[in-house]
Amino acid sequence: MDFEFLASTFVTLVKAVPTTLALFGASVVLGAALAVVLVVMRTAGGPILSAFSRVYVFIFRGSPLLIQMFLIYYGLGQFAVIRDSFAWPVLREPYWCAVLALAFCTAGYQAEIIRGGLQAVPPREIEAARSVGMSGFLLVRRIIAPITLRAMLPAYSTEIILMVKSTALASLVTVWEVTGTAQRLISQTYRTMEVFLVATLIYLVINFIIVRLIALLEHRLSPHLRERPRISGEGRTVTSLETPHD
Amino acid sequence: MTEAPVPAISVKNIHKSFANLEVLKGISLEAQDGDVISILGASGSGKSTFLRCINLLETPDEGEITVAGETINMRRDRQGRLMPKDRCQVDRIRAELAMVFQSFNLWSHMTVLQNLIEGPVHVQKRPKAEAIAEAEALLEKVGLAERRDYYPAHLSGGQQQRAAIARALAMRPKALLFDEPTSALDPELVGEVLKVMRSLADEGRTMLVVTHEMSFARNVSDKVIFLHQGQVEAEGRPEEIFTESSSERFNQFITGFRG
Repeated sequence: MDFEFLASTFVTLVKAVPTTLALFGASVVLGAALAVVLVVMRTAGGPILSAFSRVYVFIFRGSPLLIQMFLIYYGLGQFAVIRDSFAWPVLREPYWCAVLALAFCTAGYQAEIIRGGLQAVPPREIEAARSVGMSGFLLVRRIIAPITLRAMLPAYSTEIILMVKSTALASLVTVWEVTGTAQRLISQTYRTMEVFLVATLIYLVINFIIVRLIALLEHRLSPHLRERPRISGEGRTVTSLETPHD
Repeated sequence: MTEAPVPAISVKNIHKSFANLEVLKGISLEAQDGDVISILGASGSGKSTFLRCINLLETPDEGEITVAGETINMRRDRQGRLMPKDRCQVDRIRAELAMVFQSFNLWSHMTVLQNLIEGPVHVQKRPKAEAIAEAEALLEKVGLAERRDYYPAHLSGGQQQRAAIARALAMRPKALLFDEPTSALDPELVGEVLKVMRSLADEGRTMLVVTHEMSFARNVSDKVIFLHQGQVEAEGRPEEIFTESSSERFNQFITGFRG
């Protein structure tokens, strides 16, 4: 074992972690925003918006992310309209092409995850909210969103982990994130095994942290799904009142 | 000449159909302040639908609803169906007519206390500290002071329904609508809920109660309405209607309960 080489590889690859995280963060946030729009179109829009949302989800879930990324990176530049448009400074950058492709793709998946979460909201609880005079955004914010969020977390954590791994595809459009940097290192050293093992380790650590964070959030959001707290002497305060209330 | 008092709830000529089935065929009802009205009927007679029409959880096809003198503005859409004209008015009137549901419908992600202050704080915009103090007093009243920080899933059915009643009261409603409040409860838990409802009646609250509890209808309510196939088949003071009802169907209905 050449520890010196492993260590220097590790240092080189860790320097690429910010790029991986930036790809991941930007695309997940953008994708989530887009997903919310898609869900609103699907559930509250008219027949045309709803159909658009369905077709969107079908296309972006049904085709390979790599091809989507190539289409955006290599494909869009062929059109003079786009080269001359205000968006070109962004679409010219490999980083933003990768972010857009990742965001468009994850939006399709996230939309379906949110829709699944929405279906878990008991209609009775919505009716109770209406009966006290709630409607519109207040109803969404106080009742529908918290229940949806809790219900969609398990599926959402899977999607987020997939997104961390999907950032590796950005190496194919010349973004020097962890995988791309690893490949460059291999082409210089021909030491495939060591370099990719170090890269694997880095991805595992990132995902481990993400999984733990989501598990923590899930735990925070579900006191009502756990067993009844056992307390000495019934009638004592069990949990802090403050948690879900601002 | 003195003016007639404004009724707490006045409902006129409610019609409602689901697909081709006409569930309500013109039902009217008037409740004065402090009235406790029991609405009886076999299942499918339309009694729950009628109650849900009053706070527009179901939109009636025809009819007029007036709460404390304020008539809900309705308009017709292009297909000629009745629609509320002003969503804000509906929200406001719903808040004045607190509803208690058959299956409690507490918000599962909130503790009992949070359930109670949700409407007062976020709909009525009352100060949180005041809402909490009032909620605690209400929980005391329904015997749940010690369960204020429990989640609904950690309570028995009877406790959940008492919490739901307290949640309704926390809205400081002009009237309470009960939709079969004891029908989802185990028999041994029915009593604790009825006791709370009886105490509310004694306080002079205005209550409309859809129920199968004959003893409640007979002993607590001021008036009984018996629905049959979407129409009022019999109505009157309980001592009248239970002893000398002119309706053969009502007699059959209550005989079924005695047997």
